[in-house]
Amino acid sequence: MRYAIQAQGLAKHYGETRALDGVDLEVPQGRLLGVLGPNGAGKTTAVRILATLLRPDGGRAQVGGFDVVRQAHQVRSLIGLTGQYAAVDETLTGVENLVMIGRLLDMTRADARRRAAELLERFDLTDAGGRATKTYSGGMRRRLDLAASLIGRPQVLFLDEPTTGLDPRSRTELWGVVRGLQSDGVTVLLTTQYLEEADQLADDIVVFDHGKVIATGTSDELKATIGGQVLEVRPVEAAHLDLVARVVGDILGAEPTVSGGLVRAGVRDAAAVPAIVRRLDDLGVIASELSLRKSSLDEVFLALTGHAAVDKAQLPEEVPA
Amino acid sequence: MTAIAGTAGGAVAAPRVSPAATFRHTMTLSWRSLVQIKHNPMELLDLSVQPVMFLLLFTYVFGGAIAGSTGDYLQFALPGLVAQNMLFASMTTAVGLNTDITKGVFDRLRSLPIARSAPLAGRIVADTLKQVWAFALFLGLGLVLGFRVQTGLIGVAGALAVLLAFALAMSWVAVLVGLRASDQEKVQILMFSLMMPITFTSNAFVRTDTMPTWLQKWVEVNPVSHLSDAVRGLLSGGPVAEHAGISLLWAVGITVVFAPLSIRAFRDRV
Repeated sequence: MRYAIQAQGLAKHYGETRALDGVDLEVPQGRLLGVLGPNGAGKTTAVRILATLLRPDGGRAQVGGFDVVRQAHQVRSLIGLTGQYAAVDETLTGVENLVMIGRLLDMTRADARRRAAELLERFDLTDAGGRATKTYSGGMRRRLDLAASLIGRPQVLFLDEPTTGLDPRSRTELWGVVRGLQSDGVTVLLTTQYLEEADQLADDIVVFDHGKVIATGTSDELKATIGGQVLEVRPVEAAHLDLVARVVGDILGAEPTVSGGLVRAGVRDAAAVPAIVRRLDDLGVIASELSLRKSSLDEVFLALTGHAAVDKAQLPEEVPA
Repeated sequence: MTAIAGTAGGAVAAPRVSPAATFRHTMTLSWRSLVQIKHNPMELLDLSVQPVMFLLLFTYVFGGAIAGSTGDYLQFALPGLVAQNMLFASMTTAVGLNTDITKGVFDRLRSLPIARSAPLAGRIVADTLKQVWAFALFLGLGLVLGFRVQTGLIGVAGALAVLLAFALAMSWVAVLVGLRASDQEKVQILMFSLMMPITFTSNAFVRTDTMPTWLQKWVEVNPVSHLSDAVRGLLSGGPVAEHAGISLLWAVGITVVFAPLSIRAFRDRV
């Protein structure tokens, strides 16, 4: 197995804050790794180190087999980077932004122009290419930013929260673009705060929290650990809370949480829900609210951090090949 | 060519950037700073408004009071105004650099296999060209208003050379401020509160002997005084060597102090 990205024990400290606290990563060539985590989990720090923008305080990392510190220049020739904010020069036009990058990558003027036109076409920006990018919408800017990172045909692409702040339509468009890259065989490391995004795009997912990897697996594996959906039951009478919790726990085989008059539990098998409803009916418990919804990142998190020992044991430690 | 990105086996850059490539990258990035003027001619106006305004205001508002005649004052003050404008123009370097950093453009550039110095050098080259433009504008407008060059072309070229040498040294200060400040506004406040007192407590606009003795002591040391006097000598005749020498010595001193600080600030961003 060849790895496009490998990191061992990456650490970065800012004073007392441990932005990264011993992170291991492995991304096989041509796969898309989703790095999932809340703000401040260390996702961006990890990307900045791998993209040679930041020196780690500990550990080491290779991209395309080159060390990100000692062979930074070679690494830079293999990667593309799209940050959280669209890193395009607002005063230049779309074409100029792309041509500038092409020229910096030692293309001839004609080649740089051809490549710029090709990418603008691909990202549906041909008409806007002659306009200053400050007139672009958020989604257009993000697409141009992504186009800029693809000028040099990178083998490894870092996408740091590429859809944060985008409206749903632009997000879906960008997802389409990322899928296209995957089919071209590019290795992608994508960070995101959205479970759905990781779910849609990633081959493998690692979950970051407080600068550490707290879970690794495919989307299905992660969901299986915490339950794919969440059941919430609110009995009309508060006195029934304990009873409801017992029934739910009994049928699902997992301890539910009780707070604010609500019993909440992760559900792996949706067929368990009718059984719960029947049992509650038999017991004469009336629910004012009974809902089944997809688990949110918060819940994945709660489950992963709250029961880390249990969950970690259930998850495979290695990224499956 | 359908693949949008490369697959395994793409060319890996040589581990070092050649001097020729460094030069090309620098030129590309200075093109980037200058091409803005093409789209937005207002940008050029921005560069020009301050010189024109200062020249007119100082000559016609203060000229009579300070020198007894606007013509005499213009001859005295134009070199000082040129020096002052050059210092203020270094603010552009700081603001531009800071904008690149806060907008993420700097990160993009640093993630490319280009010469490490190119983003800084490209900006400084572009800003130097803007300085040349401002100098030409001052001189052109000055000639229209009655300023007379009494030395000839070599004097003009010499004045420009001394100014640019000093501007280059000041750009290290600008780079430091641009890299360390958290946002554009802070850059402007800091640069302004640095440049304003330095330029006004000099002999750029007013003769030293009209000031209180304690202030004269500083004015005589102030690099802006020497720079103004050097430009005066080079444009209107008079002693040059001492003032130009001291100006260049200051430029060297500023570089020795601020270049390492700026480079450290630059590394801290890495």
